[in-house]
Amino acid sequence: MNWNPWQPLLHRVAETDRAPVSFTIDGVSASALAGDTVLTAVLTHGGQLRRNEFSGLPRAGFCMMGACQDCWVGTESGERLRACSTLIEPGMALSTGVDTGGLA
Amino acid sequence: MTTAALRPVIVGAGPAGVRAAQTLVAHGLRPVLIDEASRAGGQIYRRPPAHFKRAPATLYGMEASRATALHASFDGLHTRIDYRPDTLVWNAQDGELDILHGPTRTTDTVPYGQLIVATGATDRVLPVPGWTLPGVFTLGGAQVALKAQGCAIGERVVFMGTGPLLYLVAYQYAKAGVDVVAVLDTARLSDQLAAVPAMLTQPAVFAKGVFYVGWLRAHGVALHGGVTPLSVQGDERVRGVRFEQAGRQLVLDCDAVGVGYALRSETQLADLLGCRFAFAPLHRAHLPERDAAGRSTVDGVYLAGDGAGIMGADAAEWAGERAALALLSDHGKQVDAARAAHLERKLSKLGTFRAGLERAFPYPQDWAARAPDELVVCRCENVTAGELRECAAQSGADEMNRLKALTRVGMGRCQGRMCGVAAADILADATHQPVHLVGRLRAQAPIKPLPMDMLRANAPGEGAGA
Repeated sequence: MNWNPWQPLLHRVAETDRAPVSFTIDGVSASALAGDTVLTAVLTHGGQLRRNEFSGLPRAGFCMMGACQDCWVGTESGERLRACSTLIEPGMALSTGVDTGGLA
Repeated sequence: MTTAALRPVIVGAGPAGVRAAQTLVAHGLRPVLIDEASRAGGQIYRRPPAHFKRAPATLYGMEASRATALHASFDGLHTRIDYRPDTLVWNAQDGELDILHGPTRTTDTVPYGQLIVATGATDRVLPVPGWTLPGVFTLGGAQVALKAQGCAIGERVVFMGTGPLLYLVAYQYAKAGVDVVAVLDTARLSDQLAAVPAMLTQPAVFAKGVFYVGWLRAHGVALHGGVTPLSVQGDERVRGVRFEQAGRQLVLDCDAVGVGYALRSETQLADLLGCRFAFAPLHRAHLPERDAAGRSTVDGVYLAGDGAGIMGADAAEWAGERAALALLSDHGKQVDAARAAHLERKLSKLGTFRAGLERAFPYPQDWAARAPDELVVCRCENVTAGELRECAAQSGADEMNRLKALTRVGMGRCQGRMCGVAAADILADATHQPVHLVGRLRAQAPIKPLPMDMLRANAPGEGAGA
């Protein structure tokens, strides 16, 4: 499979002159913008937030308004965040399950 | 009852909740206003973070004056209400709401004397093979990305489903410079033409819809009607969409899909509160019953806005104000009866237009019969159409909560918000019943997932370090 998990899903089309915020995704340094949700911060870099517990397939949110619960993302300290309604903060270390290759 | 004895709480700070709060404040009350979002406005008038710079005209288009008016009203109330942003209600019983403040992961209880439920709506979605792929978002979600985050869901986007939002979001994306590959509408042009007389009862709203469609056409966006969606293609992300039109199968390359079939009321809280529900054929949904003023079947509980039935943002503002007036008069406060009657008349007059919308963008009732067995219906628990059909055939389950118990459909984190409509259609089709007879998924607390490491406010001996 030639899928590249680091191909961005979301594309910025406005509001790009905001202060940068440094964080990590699966141990890799990344930069978001102040006011980004965790969902925006991750999906402007890559193609998934989590893997479904039953199918093992990638998920990247769906409703963006706190209803579908398909955007929960892990942190390296073991927390789980609802990515569409949590703002990115400097130093956040997020874990999307990209490297698990199967069940998250 | 004196003003001091009233303890009104409003849930939801969209058009209905804000107008309800404004009305209560104007009568000398200080309501609690609980909202899951960081900023008031609801989904339609959602405000980006404070330091974002786009002008209201860019964000809200032809709704800019309504959006700014609502935001200004809210800003004027801010110090006169007990405003709880970033806070979701996860349970309700015995005059108390259990709430969770997201950023601090802290739960607390809020007592209420009276409650105005203005919980809004989300997209009504129907599944299609591939709909769980990264790059598929709801129409509302696509709009949130653009409005609140300045992001597009892809570079080449297909919008698919039906309803007025389909064309509005496509227009907003094209205006923002995104390549809108096509709009795929399950409704036919003949449906829209047949609905014109009813739609003309709200000429300004109708004109906006005509404008969006005309603009898209003039800017070369492909608009396909009478479409049957077949699948979203791709392995680990969206690569295209396959659909059928006039007996031909077509494939469009794209990297994102926005999908939605009008809206679905968020009714879980009304359910926990014990409100009586009835099937509303126009909405094709079981909804909490309310009188013309917004009184539910439970004393002291009022319903307003799209959370009690999809009527749109203008109606939500009127219903929010009307429900607040009902709350006030029910508790001995003098209110402007002429104003209350005026609001009820406006709400009632919208009925013809609302029926027209349903005629213009009919729900594709036949989708379930065609859905393949391998279709994932429940995104959370990965339950397929085939499993639902087999359960109905083997166990005789002919009601939604029985189906849920046996298959786990609707039991996952979203509690059926994304799959409930579709699962009911599959069950109705499999058991040869009209959809209203298969019932509805009962809401269960917590109505939204709670973090395992949640803290409890004001509990002695507990806290962040305990």
